[in-house]
Amino acid sequence: MKTSPNNERTGEKPVLRVRDLRTHFFTGQGVVKAVDGVDLEIHQGETLGIVGESGSGKSVTALSVMRLIASPPGQIVSGSIELGGEDLLILDAAAMRHIRGRRISMIFQDPLASLNPVLRIGFQVGEIFRHHLGFDRGRAASEAVRMLKAMDIPSPEMRARAYPHQLSGGMRQRAMIAMALSCKPELLIADEPTTALDVTVQVQVLNLMKQACREQGTAMLLITHDMGVVAHMCDRVAVMYAGRIVEYTDVTTLFEQPAHPYTAGLLQSLPRLGGNARRLTPIEGQPPLLTRLPPGCAYAPRCPRATELCRTVSPEPTPLRADHQVRCHFPLVATSKAA
Amino acid sequence: MRDFVEVRDLCKHYPVARGSLLKAVDGISFSIRRGEVLGLVGESGCGKSTVGRLLLRLMPPTSGSVHFDGVDITALPGDEMRRMRRRMQIVFQDPHSSLNPRMTVGETLIFPMKVQHLHRGEEQARAVDLLSRVGLNRSAMNRYPHEFSGGQLQRIGIARALAVEPDFIVADEPVSSLDVSIQSQVLNLFKDLQEDLQLTILFISHNLSVVEFLCDRVAVLYMGKLVEVASAKALFRDCQHPYTQSLLAAILLPDPAIERSKPPLALRGEISTPIDPPPGCQFYARCPYSMDVCQHNDPPIVRLDAEHEVACWLHAGEAKVPATPSRS
Repeated sequence: MKTSPNNERTGEKPVLRVRDLRTHFFTGQGVVKAVDGVDLEIHQGETLGIVGESGSGKSVTALSVMRLIASPPGQIVSGSIELGGEDLLILDAAAMRHIRGRRISMIFQDPLASLNPVLRIGFQVGEIFRHHLGFDRGRAASEAVRMLKAMDIPSPEMRARAYPHQLSGGMRQRAMIAMALSCKPELLIADEPTTALDVTVQVQVLNLMKQACREQGTAMLLITHDMGVVAHMCDRVAVMYAGRIVEYTDVTTLFEQPAHPYTAGLLQSLPRLGGNARRLTPIEGQPPLLTRLPPGCAYAPRCPRATELCRTVSPEPTPLRADHQVRCHFPLVATSKAA
Repeated sequence: MRDFVEVRDLCKHYPVARGSLLKAVDGISFSIRRGEVLGLVGESGCGKSTVGRLLLRLMPPTSGSVHFDGVDITALPGDEMRRMRRRMQIVFQDPHSSLNPRMTVGETLIFPMKVQHLHRGEEQARAVDLLSRVGLNRSAMNRYPHEFSGGQLQRIGIARALAVEPDFIVADEPVSSLDVSIQSQVLNLFKDLQEDLQLTILFISHNLSVVEFLCDRVAVLYMGKLVEVASAKALFRDCQHPYTQSLLAAILLPDPAIERSKPPLALRGEISTPIDPPPGCQFYARCPYSMDVCQHNDPPIVRLDAEHEVACWLHAGEAKVPATPSRS
């Protein structure tokens, strides 16, 4: 089991470092603080998972890193996003275009919606080579076929001539991965990459992503709501709730000793194979509306451990151990150091 | 003695271009006992939802029959069918699109009662009852769907299905669009309602953990055909069809220790198209155990015991499982 924390890598610069990221949306109903103070680090070859429910801010975090937040109504109001030490937030649009697809690429949930329906698969994959590496059409086309083949797509020459609708869901997602990894990016962001796929295909695609990233040394930011996917793929995990990271640790600790009541509640609520449970133990209540967040901890209204303190004072991220941070006044694990 | 819902040789074929046939459901037979929850599992495009709609006669079958409480509903004239519909209802996957955005929740719940001439004069009180039954309070009555979260909307969808006091409910992926923390709330609700009201439920899902929690028996569908039917206990402990086995093996468990020590998945490829499927076993191309006989001959349906049926050549001619040493 290689799930060791990465913080001991002294001196090694992270591929991505996000500091105090705040992305807000200015809407008619008020300011939606979709991401409100997120800190992240991803190292080379590592897979960081962001888990959370819809509206927790996981996709907005990813889109902020890609600088793809629609403005208006959205705006990155503060923070920094550093790729290999370079701040992405000060780059102009042209410089950012050179980064997207080349140094950071992204895979979305629905490959059919992210592929152009009227262009052949080979042309779309080849576009990366033409745009970023200046290849001519012929060379780009043969590189595209090579990438499709590397993604285990059977008869890649034929598939390269196909249109997106002629491929199955799994094949389309493989084509998307081919495109995303063409330039050997430093970071791959995958936003629910297998949610639209069937279970038997999901594992194939996840394993393919994992293997390809490992071979290229690409770091991965994997966004998912599925704890099974997290367990299968991630080295470290950030759990998001209402725009904030509430727990941040290595994958084994997260599953074995969750410290935030939300993480623990989430893990407890899942129906488990062979579980034999007569009833499930759900988290009561509803996720909060981001326009009407309570003054204290956003999870307090649903939390069995909440006190008056939780309802009035928002907890700060606190280290439990070197590689385990939690945003909670009363974490489930005893704090080892009092300071 | 017939079972409560009995399906015989049910087919739904769609003609597509150039004389081809898309065989969405292709000759399936099964039954659902009164008060039972039958899980129907399979991957997208395997025909799960089509089966659900055929059982309620929301679409006519190409051939085959559906007996509901002894009556063949495929042949029922319109007015009798309408009366029958009071007893059979459906809960859809996406409550956002299955509730009318221009009707208040109260109107949504009362409308089916009006159609079926039920509770005349007491509709309001009955609607409030229904809401409390699904864990919502009466203040919801005058509100519109957009004012609710997904989990609350699904509760309303369930209340609407219960409004006419049905005995049979088809639940088509009712928790798939909900957040994980909400899913378990709604699953508990289904379990409580089923027990309190003695409902018979066809529970369609692709999520096997959910199916194991809720269902008494499970039917596994692959490309329009049933490959295995068994009690939930037997299926999850000792499934016999290679497809069911690979389906179970593909589930990612929320446990990193197990996930990281798992052998790599043997199953390759994807479900192929149901347009003009070749003869033989539909799983042939992906099956790790495929034999020559599987390619051209439809697999026999083998009854392993009273509760367990499997459609697979591996079990042909055997009354018991091959792995079992003592054979009768």
